[in-house]
Amino acid sequence: MSTYSASKTVALKQSAEEGAALSGRPPSLAVSLPSGGTGVFASLAWVGFGISCLWWPDIGDWPRTHQLAAAALVIAGAIFLASVAGNRLGRFNAGLQRRAPWLLASALFLTLWEVATAKFAWLPLPFFPPPQSIIEVYTDDLPKLLDSILASVKLQLGGYLIGATVGFLTGVSIGWSRSVGYWVHPVLRFIGPLPATAWLPIAFFTFPSSWSASTFLIALATGFPVTVLTWSGVASVSNAYYDVARTLGAKPFFLVRKVAIPAALPHVFVGLFMGLGSSFAVLVVAEMIGVKAGLGWYLQWAQGWAAYANMYAALIVMSLLCSGAITLLFRTRDRLLIWQKGVVKW
Amino acid sequence: MVAHALAEAVAYPAVGASLDVERISHAFDIDGNALPVLEDVSFSVKPGEFIALLGPSGCGKSTLLRLVAGLGAPRSGVLREDGDPVTGPFPSRVVVFQDPTLFPWRTVWNNVALGLEAQGILESQRQRVDAALDLVGLSQFRNAYPHLLSGGMAQRVALARALVNDPKILILDEPLGKLDSLTRITMQAEIVALWQRKGFTTLLVTHDVEEALFLANRVIVFSNRPARIKADIAVDRPYPRHRGDPKLAELRRNILGLLGLDATW
Ligand SMILES: Nc1ncnc2c1ncn2[C@@H]1O[C@H](COP(=O)(O)OP(=O)(O)OP(=O)(O)O)[C@@H](O)[C@H]1O
Ligand SMILES: [Mg+2]
Repeated sequence: MSTYSASKTVALKQSAEEGAALSGRPPSLAVSLPSGGTGVFASLAWVGFGISCLWWPDIGDWPRTHQLAAAALVIAGAIFLASVAGNRLGRFNAGLQRRAPWLLASALFLTLWEVATAKFAWLPLPFFPPPQSIIEVYTDDLPKLLDSILASVKLQLGGYLIGATVGFLTGVSIGWSRSVGYWVHPVLRFIGPLPATAWLPIAFFTFPSSWSASTFLIALATGFPVTVLTWSGVASVSNAYYDVARTLGAKPFFLVRKVAIPAALPHVFVGLFMGLGSSFAVLVVAEMIGVKAGLGWYLQWAQGWAAYANMYAALIVMSLLCSGAITLLFRTRDRLLIWQKGVVKW
Repeated sequence: MVAHALAEAVAYPAVGASLDVERISHAFDIDGNALPVLEDVSFSVKPGEFIALLGPSGCGKSTLLRLVAGLGAPRSGVLREDGDPVTGPFPSRVVVFQDPTLFPWRTVWNNVALGLEAQGILESQRQRVDAALDLVGLSQFRNAYPHLLSGGMAQRVALARALVNDPKILILDEPLGKLDSLTRITMQAEIVALWQRKGFTTLLVTHDVEEALFLANRVIVFSNRPARIKADIAVDRPYPRHRGDPKLAELRRNILGLLGLDATW
């Protein structure tokens, strides 16, 4: 810790280098400016955004404009303080350095959005709501939004876990046992490629509730890619591994658990990613058509009322949730497949 | 017999098993045609003996080793370990393949532990894994994943993975084939030292006549496919051996002759 001011410049310089080392190669903007410089500019841009909210009068009736401006100024202040504090914030500072260009760009984008909608209506109004009306949705319609989020997460999680588990077990069985493969493979070939949404009409009247029907569909959408990729993973395990394990005394169950499955795991994760993608699609459709809850339903409800701000708000939440789910899956994979070299960082 | 006397003089700890190869013939089906690979191969290995198998590429040496390991059944003939017929793989006969085939998802330690784990005795015998890693000088790398190892290190891990099971018969299929010549020479010396210390019976396939003569009590030379035994040569020289030994040079000339490479060598 430096308490002597002469050492400060050195410390700041060092922190910039740390930041650069951590981020690999940040855009040249961040490098060419003195340390913390981009942070200061980002802070200024946020001030600009705050002022843009207040400078011109709103052309519509949006009660959250002042709060939005205040929030922008608070963010600007926080960025400014953090940039000036520099090295004393340690790792946080490195993260800030790396993100400063993005903070700057997003402030510029928000300003443009604000001006183009709320102030001059360059974009046709009901279809392109300003930022403050989306904030308004998050503050005023929070209970309904939270209910929808909860419903979506519950449905998605249940269906995905069932589909992934069943798919994994099926894939391992087909890959391992010839006789299981004989019976399951044709069924898989016949049913698997069918988009899960094609089952929608049938599922909704054969299942006791629309919730169980949707769970089934999500599980189906997840299960197919997981099954196929697990299967191909298990089938492509080199015989040399089995030979080695067998000469060391491994029994069939050990071979499945400790050789086939770990060797197939990279494939399994590819299947899990594909399954996640297609199950999101099914989730939204199922919620729009059958289940009267969840973000998909919220979207449709908002459309019915021409509540465009609610739609954008729900879309943003949805994208955060999907991205969060993918990130979680990537983290899990990175943990389990730490032995692989050169995995993609998400 | 001189070779016999010598073998007894070296006072092996008695852990090696005897191996009897009795009239083994084997063939593979390729597109409906039988491809004969081994033809009436018979030899006996005494407990603790070190046998090198030499022969042209593709003659059937690896096939024979797989049969000894129990990874397949011969078309005809019997293999006996200490008099009992071999019916399947068993950890008393462990193979080190030409490729180290380490499990990439296991650390070095866990790779070596594989055999004990498969036999369900790892928890009580963890120190054996540490000892095996010490033996091949890789204790420092116990937590490394295989992709970080050099070729020679990987091959040493494969050796430790075999040795940790205290095999009675160690089966080595060109274990040093892919190594550079320096590492190779070092590993040859290590293998001899291990073999002398542990006393297991060893079957080594190699393409390198010098390696065979440097390591083995006996060298068995095979013909072209289908493999038949062409010669069974005792190497009655004491260990540690010297590569310049004129007796070994003479044997080398003989063997190269048997393999069809004549006088110029
Ligand atoms: N599983 C198999 N199916 C069919 N043919 C095989 C099989 N394994 C080996 N062969 C054939 O048997 C013959 C002997 O193979 P083997 O691997 O035993 O030779 P090798 O003596 O070990 O040769 P190298 O010294 O080159 O390793 C070869 O012609 C090979 O093509
Ligand atoms: Mg071979």
